[in-house]
Amino acid sequence: MKKFTIYLAGDGLPHMKKQDIFLIFIILVIAACAYCAHYYIAPPEGNYVEVKVDGVIEGTYSLSEDQEIVINGGTNVLKIEDGKAKMIEADCPDQLCVHQKEISAAHESIICLPNKVVVQTVTGNESGIDAMTN
Amino acid sequence: MKTKVGYYGIFLTLALILSYVESLLPIQIGIPGVKLGLANLVCVVALYKMRGKEVVILAIIRVLLAGFIFGNYFSIIYGLAGAILSVFVMIGLKKTEKFSVPGVSIAGGVSHNMGQLIVAVFVVQTYSVGYYFPVLLVAGLVTGLLIGICANEILKRITHINMKN
Ligand SMILES: [Zn+2]
Repeated sequence: MKKFTIYLAGDGLPHMKKQDIFLIFIILVIAACAYCAHYYIAPPEGNYVEVKVDGVIEGTYSLSEDQEIVINGGTNVLKIEDGKAKMIEADCPDQLCVHQKEISAAHESIICLPNKVVVQTVTGNESGIDAMTN
Repeated sequence: MKTKVGYYGIFLTLALILSYVESLLPIQIGIPGVKLGLANLVCVVALYKMRGKEVVILAIIRVLLAGFIFGNYFSIIYGLAGAILSVFVMIGLKKTEKFSVPGVSIAGGVSHNMGQLIVAVFVVQTYSVGYYFPVLLVAGLVTGLLIGICANEILKRITHINMKN
């Protein structure tokens, strides 16, 4: 006969403990604070998208102007429409960037790791007007 | 001794299978390369069945093998950062004996995502990854809780396995 014993975690309680609930609470509070802080510091709408290739800014484009942007000599194509930016083409093997959702709020980003392309929404004061190219 | 090696092999195989399943899931939590950490289930179970050192080695081998077989360079770096941080946090919390299996697993899930976020900050080199901080916290909490509940049920049913001696 095989002996069956019920496994009890830690000091013997199979259910969630007070400390577990406290841990969950702390994590949720931190997440809520971080979320609020982000929106408090950053304005909700980004006016521009900044395109970076391998950490170098390739261009800054207005979100209010519908356009298609060829990035990194053609590895990626970004489309701006109705104030939203979306990666519509990429030659990367994973195609993760193409499947990422469109961005419009400040500090959202689309990232293509294989091609080292980062597209990020920025607000007017952050994007240097000198860097503007259209 | 023989059975211990055998169990270790089974744990590793199960972890690899879960990594594979995870690589098939189309779930995206913002930053490309960041994984939910389903394979952590095996690590949580192993935590209560093996010595800490062995769990760390299990986690590292799992990430390396999964990365070479069906991942890439990025999945290895993200995976290692997430797995190592989460295993150490879980070992630490378990030692306090103040948390139940789901609690330990939640801490593991959250630290798993934080490890990956730290790597993302360096890889992507943009402060915008901070945008995903709350998202990854909550995602880690939810996956950690689910994994913890599963691990708790599994542990109840494998009481005869003990690899600590
Ligand atoms: Zn891509």
